[in-house]
Amino acid sequence: MDLLTIIQILDSALRLATPLLFACLAGLFSERSGIFDIGLEGKILMSAFLSASVAAFSGNVWIGLLGGVAGSVFLALLHGVASITFRGNQLISGVAINFLASGITVIIGENWFGLGGRTPQLDGPARFQDITLPFAESLGGVPVVGPIYGELISGHSILVYFGLLAVLGTWWLLFRTRFGLRLRAVGENPESVDTAGVSVIRMRYSAVLICGCLCGLAGTYLATGLAAGFVKEMSAGRGFIALAALIFSKWRPGYALMACLLFGLLEAIGNRYQNIDIGGFQVPVQFMQALPYILTVVILAGFVGKAIPPRAGGEPYVKER
Amino acid sequence: MDKMPKWVDIAVIPLINLFLALVVSGLVVLYIGEDPFRAMSILINGAIGSTYGWGYTLYYATNFIFTGLAVAVSFQAKLFNIGGEGQAAIGGLGVALVCLAMPWPHWTLALPFAVLGGALFGAAWAAIPAFLQATRGSHIVITTIMFNFIASAVMVYLLVNVLKKPGSMAPETSRFPEGAFLPKAFDMASVLGLPFSRSAPLNVTFFVALLCCLLVYLLLWHTRLGYQIRAFGHSEPAARYAGISPVKITMVTMLISGGLAGLMGINAVMGEAQRLVTDPVQGAGFVGIAVALMGRSHPLGVLLAGLLFGMLYQGGGELEFEIPAISREMILVIQALVILFTGALDNMIRMPVERLFARARKKAA
Repeated sequence: MDLLTIIQILDSALRLATPLLFACLAGLFSERSGIFDIGLEGKILMSAFLSASVAAFSGNVWIGLLGGVAGSVFLALLHGVASITFRGNQLISGVAINFLASGITVIIGENWFGLGGRTPQLDGPARFQDITLPFAESLGGVPVVGPIYGELISGHSILVYFGLLAVLGTWWLLFRTRFGLRLRAVGENPESVDTAGVSVIRMRYSAVLICGCLCGLAGTYLATGLAAGFVKEMSAGRGFIALAALIFSKWRPGYALMACLLFGLLEAIGNRYQNIDIGGFQVPVQFMQALPYILTVVILAGFVGKAIPPRAGGEPYVKER
Repeated sequence: MDKMPKWVDIAVIPLINLFLALVVSGLVVLYIGEDPFRAMSILINGAIGSTYGWGYTLYYATNFIFTGLAVAVSFQAKLFNIGGEGQAAIGGLGVALVCLAMPWPHWTLALPFAVLGGALFGAAWAAIPAFLQATRGSHIVITTIMFNFIASAVMVYLLVNVLKKPGSMAPETSRFPEGAFLPKAFDMASVLGLPFSRSAPLNVTFFVALLCCLLVYLLLWHTRLGYQIRAFGHSEPAARYAGISPVKITMVTMLISGGLAGLMGINAVMGEAQRLVTDPVQGAGFVGIAVALMGRSHPLGVLLAGLLFGMLYQGGGELEFEIPAISREMILVIQALVILFTGALDNMIRMPVERLFARARKKAA
């Protein structure tokens, strides 16, 4: 395997990790505030559909982005109403949201475009284009550094860079601001936050809304950056891989980046090589596809460092009267 | 004292929720420019207007009863087994291995072993998440979701590399021996001299599903184990105090749940396809969640909700045929709304209804 192949695989890993990263950070906000979210998948799908549709109608990917985020936020609010206001079961609400998204995107898509649930092919300004970072061309001749900078670091869409920044932003917001402290406290011990005079309901709604926005970015990148339009069920389990990455990272932003890059890398390798030969033993491609899930189970089992979720996760908050 | 009469809780509230789900679905139909009432009548007519319709409706219902019972049993112990999809797929694998193991002389011999194979494989697939929940506290919802994905990878691997029929391109096993074919509704009806659609996949497994409803009812409400399961679901500390082992109940409940999901393989793999394909479950594991919620985790409720969803699936297929603008995915939307209203937004209806009854009672007193 030469350097160029490695760079290409890593480059593809970074692209594939980006939707996971947005969704994983989305889940991180929600779960840190005590709202389990297994509806990440549905929100990604919904925003992928709406961003591609709006971009197709308007010809402008930025308006598409707004559409995608709006769709995802709508589902996030639905989850919020069910699990915060009406104190319903958060897991069941998530399941419902996933089905709702996979059904409604096809029905409405067929109604709008008549292409069997697809949106028209997007091109030009209706897609996020790759941007070339400064000096990428001029460094091209330098060995090792040139291709790494030019191929791997430069030449992604703006959302990829924004995703990396979002990791930093999430860390800062959660661990360096008063809002973040309260958000984490609401997920661990809502009574104490309530006693301090902070509204649990409002904190949880803001977390759910942030989650909606970030999932919206995940879906938008999927449909307008990674692909050129929406196809039926295009999220393809990414919401659940993001959930796996969230557990893998033990609900911490920095580790979330690592986990998403790892799972992105697994997908990139799986896409490139059908079967991998390790010391004469054939590793089937299905094993590579299942690996994120297997790793998550191992982590959850606590054999390799125990993953402990936020303590008040999944519990609706009932204010004592 | 109860806040409201029992019949309101088990009948009126689910019906209101179902009604709301249908109203919202009707609005979606209206939005895409079709007549919701016409759609509804096509749906119902397609589901129960002919023996062909009934044959498919009850076939789907059989699947949903198995997966619905699986979720219902786990709900009774307050465990959320979301892994019915994977357990049913692996259960189907177990059924297929039994069917392919030998040239079965007659289906009455093959069926008990297939039941055993499906239940054992399904239970085995639920065993690891159950064990991790019981002993390591790993959240069973997450582990069973992960196991669904692992199951689908296992199925694809086995069918592509191990079980594929030699010389065939499609990832499926060869057809089962004829002795392992289950009698279809057509065969059974013709013995009685009744006409029934020849192509409908309804088969003898339907009766196995009914039997399972009865057995689950007896288990939960007429045995010591069932009492322990319900007590554990009601309050874990109280159950623990009463000497009920949480590890044992978690394991046993999940094994039963996985086994029930695995039994779905008899209907879909042995009864209908007569071979194993990569995805024999087709989402029925998730429908089980809606069925269990709608049926209030009671076997009778599961039976009725299973029938309802059977109608929805068969009628929805006919609907797509009659009005192409309403694609099959409409079923998913209705299903999602049923789960949403009966499961997550239950309090939205329950709270006002409870208040209504409280007020009425005050007036009467």
